[in-house]
Amino acid sequence: MSDQTVHFKIWRGDAKGGGFRDYSTECTEGMVVLDAVHDVQREQAVDLACRWNCKAGKCGSCSAEINGLPKLMCMARLSELPTEKPITIEPIKAFPIVKDLITDVSWNFEVKKRIKKFKPRPPDAPDGTWRMQQEDIDRVQEFRKCIECFLCQDVCHVLRDHHLHDRFIGPRFLIYAAALEMHPLDVEDRTDELRNAHGIGYCNITKCCTKVCPENIQITDNGIIPLKERVVDKFYDPLGWIWRAWKKKSDRTRKP
Amino acid sequence: MADYEAHEHDVLVIGAGGAGLRAAIEASAVGVRVGLVCKSLLGKAHTVMAEGGIAAALANVDERDNWKVHFADTMRGGQYVNQWRMAELHAKEAPDRVRELEKWGAVFDRTKDGRILQRNFGGHRYPRLAHVGDRTGLEMIRTLQDHGVHQGIEVFMEHTILSILREDGRAVGAFGYERERGRFKIFRAKAIVLATGGIGRAYKITSNSWEYTGDGHSLAYEAGAELIDMEFIQFHPTGMVWPPSVCGILVTEGVRGEGGILTNNQGRRFMFDDIPENYRAQTAKDEEEGWRYCTGDKNANRPPELLTRDHVARCIVREIKQGRGSPHGGVFLDIAWIKEKIPNAAEHIKRKLPSMYHQFKQLADIDITAQPMEVGPTTHYIMGGIHVDPDTQMSRVPGLFACGECAAGINGANRLGGNSLSDLLVFGKRAGEYAAQFAKQTSLGKIDNDKIDNVAREAVAPFERGDGENPYQIQKDLQELMQADVGIVRNQSEMEHALDQLQQLKTRAQRAGVIGHREFNPGWHTALDLKNLLTVSEAITLAAIERKESRGAQFREDYPNKDERFSKVNTMISKGDDGSMQIRLEPLPEMPDYLKQVIEEMK
Ligand SMILES: Cc1cc2nc3c(=O)[nH]c(=O)nc-3n(C[C@H](O)[C@H](O)[C@H](O)COP(=O)(O)OP(=O)(O)OC[C@H]3O[C@@H](n4cnc5c(N)ncnc54)[C@H](O)[C@@H]3O)c2cc1C
Ligand code: SF4
Ligand code: SF4
Ligand code: FES
Repeated sequence: MSDQTVHFKIWRGDAKGGGFRDYSTECTEGMVVLDAVHDVQREQAVDLACRWNCKAGKCGSCSAEINGLPKLMCMARLSELPTEKPITIEPIKAFPIVKDLITDVSWNFEVKKRIKKFKPRPPDAPDGTWRMQQEDIDRVQEFRKCIECFLCQDVCHVLRDHHLHDRFIGPRFLIYAAALEMHPLDVEDRTDELRNAHGIGYCNITKCCTKVCPENIQITDNGIIPLKERVVDKFYDPLGWIWRAWKKKSDRTRKP
Repeated sequence: MADYEAHEHDVLVIGAGGAGLRAAIEASAVGVRVGLVCKSLLGKAHTVMAEGGIAAALANVDERDNWKVHFADTMRGGQYVNQWRMAELHAKEAPDRVRELEKWGAVFDRTKDGRILQRNFGGHRYPRLAHVGDRTGLEMIRTLQDHGVHQGIEVFMEHTILSILREDGRAVGAFGYERERGRFKIFRAKAIVLATGGIGRAYKITSNSWEYTGDGHSLAYEAGAELIDMEFIQFHPTGMVWPPSVCGILVTEGVRGEGGILTNNQGRRFMFDDIPENYRAQTAKDEEEGWRYCTGDKNANRPPELLTRDHVARCIVREIKQGRGSPHGGVFLDIAWIKEKIPNAAEHIKRKLPSMYHQFKQLADIDITAQPMEVGPTTHYIMGGIHVDPDTQMSRVPGLFACGECAAGINGANRLGGNSLSDLLVFGKRAGEYAAQFAKQTSLGKIDNDKIDNVAREAVAPFERGDGENPYQIQKDLQELMQADVGIVRNQSEMEHALDQLQQLKTRAQRAGVIGHREFNPGWHTALDLKNLLTVSEAITLAAIERKESRGAQFREDYPNKDERFSKVNTMISKGDDGSMQIRLEPLPEMPDYLKQVIEEMK
């Protein structure tokens, strides 16, 4: 598909309103959607607003909806998109529009502050360090791959369609909480908040979030479902609760 | 004076990468009010892209490691023009700074006995880089960010600082704009920490993002600070070269640390052909020994692919120039070959280098577990920057501190991989600590309203020139000029040509015009960044002309050897009274005997 003209419809506007505008640019081998947006910016619309940083899928800045699908613009190859029709590029939908492809994602940063911070057990060794086995941290490392692109937040119907931002923290922050809860060193308990303030109950496991995660994090299966189990166990299963309390304590005192 | 929104803090940190976040955390921990400003969203700064690891002599993998070895490695890598005191503090304090990250929730890869795992990297004698696969920077920035948000730091995301404000020579605040709405703001502070990162956008081929326009370098220079070592730009040997749209994107040195080899189009491992004298004793004799090193054999020496970056980059350029390059103008980097050595090699590669696997698969249709990559040098890092006191990180402007990539001194003529992330932590902490201390002993200064009005007027001028030149075009021409004339291989006449062209670009930049309004307008942002890019480009060129020798990252074909006359001096740049850029050579501080002895022992 190299060196052909590709047509785009890019959403232009701001909080007051806007619509798609037509642009076209020459496409060279290996080009990604972000390159095309930059070409348009350079040559046809210097004020076209978009976010980006790494151009390699590492920073999670360039989220947008391409032909209606939430993606990172820097990892979306033009050669993998149909070019008979114009390619549409529009901002993500779960957050208020600022301008063109940029939305106001500040809510996410506020949500994070409300989740109780990491609290480690006392160090395992006299020199103040800890011991952890690789197999015990694989899961947590999976969750910590998150680049905060908020694509999962974008597709979650609880936020996108029902706008329950004040009651539900969304998949990104459920796996953030999961990473803390499953951190071998952490001794904090976040189940109360997960059930109440964080609204884990609103998630009905549609798995849309997992499907769009560019880091392939198994958000639902590995994160949300086990968290839901913890919440259920704690509130409806007093015996299990006692056992866990004992286990958490023994984990804490276990030496390597 | 127009009415601007104003904020007040004890310490204002400009930049929210590893260095800025670490500084902000430290300052807020001692109870002063801290403001933190950054151009992107929180957590998106360059630090997030770092791949390979953080260098610290934890000695978890090889018990022979300690601060002395790390110090000696850093000095050798920097060709002994480093500020020895910074290299010393860095080597001594890095292990504590890494352990502290673990205390704050970072989850590093583990050794068999459950400690932080460390990997090999170029120029480090022992496996020294604490890492998380090849996404170490993400782990580091997220840990600092998540720890920092609970500290009461006031964060201003997507704000750009345009100028440092002074009163009687002391830094008393900063003036900038909010990118979203384009509104100007005043930040008053008792102490200011610059942590703005690098300058890679001055070059055409770079691993750096749009943010790297040398803002901190230029802000400090304009405020009266000095810039040191600006000639030393690190061209990382392995950037992607194909397809064109990804040209310059980094391929971590971790690939070579895990056993990756460099070959030319004749299949030859050309790195064995040119091993510098001072590294010969530490380099593998043959391919077999090199491989043993990568698998952790403590009696083996490292393969020549893990020589310092300046040297590897030059060898690659030589292969390409002499017609032995790969089809798209690079050389081959092959990690797939390790399948001859270990079972399940493909799985091993995917686990150790997941984002490299991902990056090549998705962007270049290459499966690195089966095929070699094509790589070539890319502008990556600047060793030079704001000259600071090694202990406190304060510049010669009272109240103005700097840390991280925009500060300089620790790396000398060449930085070792992994020494940046550790530098951010060690000196970020120090900058935060001493800035807070400074703030406690001073009061808020007076703001110069005329100065602010001037900066604001100049900033909005591009809108009055709607028919002026496109700022992107000027930026592109600047990048091409620097790439061609002040790149990896330099000479007097090309650099003089560059200086001349830079003057013309300055004139063009003053005539740049943009359309639209001030709300999130990238064209406008680009126009404003030009000034900083031009300042650092001029500084780099002047310094490179002044150093009439080849050392570390500076290679001059007209002076291809090291010269004793330049072995104990740094270039120092400052703004003259007449507004022109001045350069001089400053003798290095004398190294104390105990450190000389360390270097002697480690030879
Ligand atoms: C791809 C890649 C891989 C790397 N891998 C490694 C590695 O493995 N190990 C290693 O040690 N090093 C590595 N490096 C180098 C290292 O990542 C950087 O040197 C380091 O992250 C710089 O950190 P910093 O805190 O100084 O700046 P940054 O993290 O870049 O942060 C700069 C901050 O300053 C802000 N800023 C800039 N200008 C302004 C302004 N005018 N107003 C307001 N805010 C401003 C930016 O928005 C940003 O928040 C790598 C670099 C790259 C590009
Ligand atoms: S699985 Fe839950 S969190 Fe994920 S998209 Fe569906 S409802 Fe939202
Ligand atoms: S979990 Fe995945 S989709 Fe959600 S923010 Fe993180 S990286 Fe993006
Ligand atoms: S630009 Fe960083 S993820 Fe796309």
